[in-house]
Parts: sequence; structure tokens; C-alpha cells
Amino acid sequence: MPNSIISIKNLYKSFGSHHVLRDFSMNLEEGENVVIMGKSGSGKSVMIKCLVGLESYDAGTIDIMGKNINNLSEDEWDDLRTEVGFLFQGSALYDSMTVRENLEFPLRRHTKKFGEIEDTTPYVMEALENVGLGHTTELMPNELSGGMKRRIALARTLILKPRIILYDEPTTGLDPITSKEILILIKSIQSKYKTSSIIITHDVDCARFISNRMILLIDGKNYAEGTYEELSQQKDPNIKAFFKM
Amino acid sequence: MNWFWSGIIGFLAETGALAAFAGKFFKNVFKRPFEGREFLRQCYHLGNQSLFLVAVTGFIIGLVITLQSRPKMTELGADAWIPAMVGVSIIREIGPIITALICAGRIGSGIGAELGSMRVTEQIDAMEVSGTHPIRYLVVTRVLATTLMIPILVLISDFVALFGSFLIENIKGDVSFVLYFDSVLNSLSLKDIIPSTIKTFFFGFAIGLVGCFKGYYCKNGTAGVGIAANTAVVETSMVLFVLDFVAVLITDLIFQ
Repeated sequence: MPNSIISIKNLYKSFGSHHVLRDFSMNLEEGENVVIMGKSGSGKSVMIKCLVGLESYDAGTIDIMGKNINNLSEDEWDDLRTEVGFLFQGSALYDSMTVRENLEFPLRRHTKKFGEIEDTTPYVMEALENVGLGHTTELMPNELSGGMKRRIALARTLILKPRIILYDEPTTGLDPITSKEILILIKSIQSKYKTSSIIITHDVDCARFISNRMILLIDGKNYAEGTYEELSQQKDPNIKAFFKM
Repeated sequence: MNWFWSGIIGFLAETGALAAFAGKFFKNVFKRPFEGREFLRQCYHLGNQSLFLVAVTGFIIGLVITLQSRPKMTELGADAWIPAMVGVSIIREIGPIITALICAGRIGSGIGAELGSMRVTEQIDAMEVSGTHPIRYLVVTRVLATTLMIPILVLISDFVALFGSFLIENIKGDVSFVLYFDSVLNSLSLKDIIPSTIKTFFFGFAIGLVGCFKGYYCKNGTAGVGIAANTAVVETSMVLFVLDFVAVLITDLIFQ
């Protein structure tokens, strides 16, 4: 039986009278890439933000690596957050820090996992070389292109050596060639570090390239689930709408 | 009357949210690890960026007060009292409140805009998901830095204002530096210096806290950043006047 690293059961979330998630459930198995697709405003980003505590939820349970996140203490959250990386849609690099400082920032604050690190250079260089940007250490974020920012953000996520990575629309706003490079990078990272990933997107090509399994989020629910091939051959018009070119 | 009640409710909600934010500050201020490097960086940054402005303003205020009051005081034959009058008014009231208002504009809006832009570009969220506590790193350091630096800036502003006043007295009344400052120091007592110094720590705290509060909870994208910076100045100014009134009231009760 597969081992669920994330388990979401009957999740509800609403903003006032607007119900975003209604009885949403899913599992992420160890080493798996799950793509969640849905229309804009369907609650995809809200759902992954619930996983890292950036959004609260109204009802339901979320278990990450066997821990129910409803009752975590501050210290337990800190520990969990070293195991769950999050790549933001807009990269979210700290714009007052150089690339090196961006990467050092989380590393220096997790002494429990990494100990007191005297020289962060090997860690920083390893993470940057993984994303092919070893030469950018002293650059500021405003000197980087959109694709480079996304790669640096990924390196900052990788530096904590997480077991799970959550990607919030990793290719949005990038040109097709850079998007493809980012997707190849995500795949190579997954095979190198054996991470498990949830990828939020509305890009069908991204989903086809990267997913082991897909979930369609419609009306706040897990409407359909399966491989790309299984879902793309469905007759249901709500599902077919996602695969129309 | 709906606008009136919605205004009252809005004011109470804002006050409650600010109080809750202050609670978060106090909850985190003693927690480890303390972000010492960021605190020192903020002290240098906030003090350095306001020093020139505060000094120039203080100098001009010293000049203006002395120039404005001199003719009347001379007419009344009380020109010997000018250093004492200027000294007491600058140390007790004008120095602290004017410096705090300038810093509210300079520092409060800067903090509001900086944290606001970090909020809308998800940098604060990124800190949180990486297990770094943004309240500890961003808010505690800035609020402590303003709480420490505003009293120092007020001290500098007071001295420069008195120096400006001395220049006028020296030019127009041929008063020496030693005589002027001797007269100022003789006119001041501990009940002038201690309460006005204590209140500057509260002013600094208010400037940092309101600036951080507006920036930290900034909404509505880049337009929200401008609003955060603007309201940080307006609300800090109001809080400063209220604090000043309370400080004067308490001083009056204690030293009456």
C-alpha cells in the first residue's frame, strides 16, 4: 500500500459567503508529482496555502508526514516547514538581499536541522548549481530575469532539503522556452532528491510533462483524478474543457 | 447618521487590530533567536536617514522661536529670560513632538511602504513558510530600533535647536555660549527632563508599531502600498498627539 506523505480530508474554506473549497480531499504519495488544475479563482492556491499555514481552513483535516497540522505548536511548525518547500508564483525573493543572502537566510535560522553553519558557501553553491545559476551569488533580485528569479526561488527552497515541494503556478508569466526549462528543472530535482510535489497550474502542457497524477478542482471539490492520459480521454464536458486547445 | 456609526466602528476595529498587533510584538520580543544584526542594521538605517532632517528642522525651530519671541520679551524687559523660556519649551514639548512628527513622516511611512511591498510581493509569506518568523525578524527589530533611536534623535534635535537659539541671542543680544547654556541649564529641572525623555521612548515605539502594522497588513497590491505608507503617517501623528496629551497629564498629576 502506498505511503501518503500528505493527506487532505474533507477540507472546507470560505471567504464570507463565497465557498472556495467544499469537501476537498486528496492524497500525495511519497515520490509522486501531483498536478492540481482548476480555473482561475477555483481555490487551488488557497488549498496549498492551507498546507503551510498561510491560510486557515474552516473544517477538515490535513496530515503532513503523519502529523495533523491542526494542532501543531510553533516549534512543530518550524520543524515541519524545513520539510515542506514552497515556490511562490511571483518568486518572492527578498529584494533587499543578494542572491547569496536570499539563500543563506532560511539556512541560518534552522540550526536544529543543520547546526550552526560557519561557512554557508558550499550549501549556497550546491543549491545554485542545481538550478544552473552558480554565477549569480552577488546579484540583486532586480538584476535577474523572470526565469532566473524562479530558479533562484527554487534554489532557496532546495537549500533546506525539503521532502515535499509545493509549486504555485511555476510557469505562469514565463515564455514557452523558459517554462520548458523550469519544468525540466523541476523534474530533474524530483529525481535527484526524491521529493514529492504538488504543482498548481492551469497550463495543460505543464501538467502533461510533469504529472504522475492529476486532480481537477471544480466547484471546490476533487472533481476528477487520474493520469493525464486517463483524464484527457474523458467524455465529461467539465473535464474535456481543460484539454481543449 | 450611518457614516458616523460606521466611522466609530471602523475606528474601534482599527484600534483593536493595532492592540492585537502590539500583543504579537510583546509575545515575540523576548523569544530567541533575537535578530541582533537586523536590529543594529535598522538602528543605523533609521537613525542615519533621519539625522540630517531632524538636525536641520531643530536648528530652524530654535532660530524661529527666538526670533519670534525676542521683540516681545525685550519690550517687556525680560530678554534675560529668553534662554530659559526657549530651553524649557524645546526640552519639554517642541523638541520631542516636532522630532517625532518628522520621524513619523520619514521613518513611519518608510517602514509602512517597505513592509507593504514585501507583503504584496509575498516576501513576508516566503519568510513564514521557510520557518523564519516575520514578526520577529521584521517587526520586533524595527519597533525596537525606533524605540531606541527616536530618543537619541530628539536629544540631538534639542541640542541643535538650542544652538540655533543661541546664535540669534549671540548676534542680537551679544550673549556668550557659556552664559546662554548656563542660563538654559539653570532653568531646567528633573521634572522637565525626565518626563519628556520618557515620552520619547513611547513616541518611538508608536512610530515603529504603527508603521509596521500598516505595512504588515497591507492589501490590494501596489495601490495598497501607497495607502499603507500614507495612513502610517496619519495614524502615527494622531497617536503621537494622544500620547503627548497623556504624558503631559500624567506629568502634571505627578509633579503638581
